[in-house]
Amino acid sequence: MTSDSTIILLGERGEIKPKPRGETRRFGVGRFALVTIALFTFAFLYVPIVVLIVFSFNSARTGATWQSFTLQWYDRVFSNTRILEAAANSLIVATLSTLGAVVIGTLMAMAMERYRFRGQSAWDGLLYLPVIVPEIVMGISLLIFFAAVNISRGLLTLIISHIAFCMPFVYLTMRARLADFDRSVEEAAQDLGANEWVTFRRVTLPLLMPGIISSALLAFTLSLDDFVISFFVTGVGSQTLPVYIWGQIRRGITPEINAISALMLVLSIVLVIATQLIQHRQRT
Amino acid sequence: MADYAVEMRDVSKVFGDVVAVDHVSMGIRQKEFFAMLGPSGCGKTTSLRMIAGFERPTSGEIYIDGKAMGNTPPFQRNVNTVFQSYALFPHMTVEQNVGFGLEMKGLSRSEIVRRVGEALELVRLPQMAKRYPRQMSGGQQQRVALARALVNRPDVLLLDEPLGALDAKLRKEMQIELKTLQREVGITFIFVTHDQEEALTMSDRIAVFSKGKVLQIGTPLEIYERPTTRFVADFIGETNFLEGRVQEVNGEFASVIADGGRRFVGRAMDGVRPGVQAVVSVRPEKVQLVEQPDNSPNCYEVRVHSIAYVGSDTRVIVSLGTNHLDVWEQNTVSTLDPNYFFKPGETAWLTFKPENALVLAQ
Repeated sequence: MTSDSTIILLGERGEIKPKPRGETRRFGVGRFALVTIALFTFAFLYVPIVVLIVFSFNSARTGATWQSFTLQWYDRVFSNTRILEAAANSLIVATLSTLGAVVIGTLMAMAMERYRFRGQSAWDGLLYLPVIVPEIVMGISLLIFFAAVNISRGLLTLIISHIAFCMPFVYLTMRARLADFDRSVEEAAQDLGANEWVTFRRVTLPLLMPGIISSALLAFTLSLDDFVISFFVTGVGSQTLPVYIWGQIRRGITPEINAISALMLVLSIVLVIATQLIQHRQRT
Repeated sequence: MADYAVEMRDVSKVFGDVVAVDHVSMGIRQKEFFAMLGPSGCGKTTSLRMIAGFERPTSGEIYIDGKAMGNTPPFQRNVNTVFQSYALFPHMTVEQNVGFGLEMKGLSRSEIVRRVGEALELVRLPQMAKRYPRQMSGGQQQRVALARALVNRPDVLLLDEPLGALDAKLRKEMQIELKTLQREVGITFIFVTHDQEEALTMSDRIAVFSKGKVLQIGTPLEIYERPTTRFVADFIGETNFLEGRVQEVNGEFASVIADGGRRFVGRAMDGVRPGVQAVVSVRPEKVQLVEQPDNSPNCYEVRVHSIAYVGSDTRVIVSLGTNHLDVWEQNTVSTLDPNYFFKPGETAWLTFKPENALVLAQ
């Protein structure tokens, strides 16, 4: 319990500040319920993932019983050429589609932020509508589109499709960043003798970089994890990791699948944390 | 070298259906400290931005050192700007900020280092070279912005309310510093401000803007003592207005019959003819309160409404018919006698000399 006496603290410059009264800690029924529900929620979210990771280290081939700790499934993952091939495809697609989505999304965001024209809000809406279009609809429509224009399915169709669904996320992120962008620094650069291109390279781009990096990480994560759209537009020999995993699961879940999934999870978490850190650093 | 550092000839700027600058013509002389003064939205900043090249005039032409600017982009004009928000590059150190313009000119590394050093000396920040703008106070950032512009030795330095973000004390210091600096470097300064005291203190000449037009250009003395319009008289300093109709014009002077039938005499300004609506403008410090009427034609009995003792002078508000007038009496006598001053409710005689009042056509 906190007392009512005011604790005097010396502030940074030595002035006296009354300490705000701390919250009273009560271990009543309400608090018990709160903690229980919170724990239940976290369990609901994370127990399946924890189980998956735990079983990726289980030496038992099948079943839900724990035998002993092993790294053999990871070893198998890294010696399975088909898995490595799928992983390579995933990385190629993610890298190139991130690049494409970031360039197009950023330029679109700059154009929409800086120019005003008739019907602009409608175009703006169309640019981020794909965020809410169901993935299966997008997948099917892309499949039909590629068939119609006669592009055979493979890495190219994957990359085009991934650019299409990642771009709106980049666009949204960059619009938010550009809204706070102080354009007088660009004017200052021009005032000091920099032409448009030099201004972009030396001032605009460095200042947008944190936003570009975080939207790139987001796009990379989205691309890497995508299954539904990839499933429709992938071709023979161009399977990405999630599509490959899905193909394997049809023959039953193996500990190898657990190991790949755990690895993908770790990579995604790393990317998300990196995004958060960059966004946080820019804000402070 | 052209007569004018910068000349605007019949320049207008229209944004959509808003006329921001309306047929402005003026010449800013070489090495002049020139202020563009006016309330917000009067067109002063737009004029500055057109000189810098950030905006293109809708019509008219701007000349810098005698050369028509046309569509010359900002990076090809030999003018530099100190922005209201300073617009320092947040990702560059002070040194890199200040050196940016020189780098763009393609100067050698050693030359850049030398001149950046000099510029930082000039604004008294030599020890700050390695800092980033966010690690500095507003006043320091302001000086970096100045150094960054001056280091390029422009023909003209444009300053867009550069002292607006500073606190009152720092602003006073910077006013003096800027004025000194301008004399030292011998560059034309064009200074945008809405603060009339700042403009009066610092400038060689002032252009008073209102609603996109330039109402008057003159020295601080001319602007304060001989405003040609009611707006300028009102905007610069404090003044009393007495509205009426011109009775007669006699040489330099005109008489005005104000409401209540009172007759006032003052200097006739442009457009004052018998019968026109006019306003007599007289500054509070140029009006006296006396106990006995004198022989001025502008002497009337008034009632003291309120008084405020402010140290250097005593500010009295008196009522004359339906008008209230401000009278600032200089405290030329050292006294602790409260009866020395007029008191609210008392009557007194208000008087001012015709040469201290202006008759402005409405």
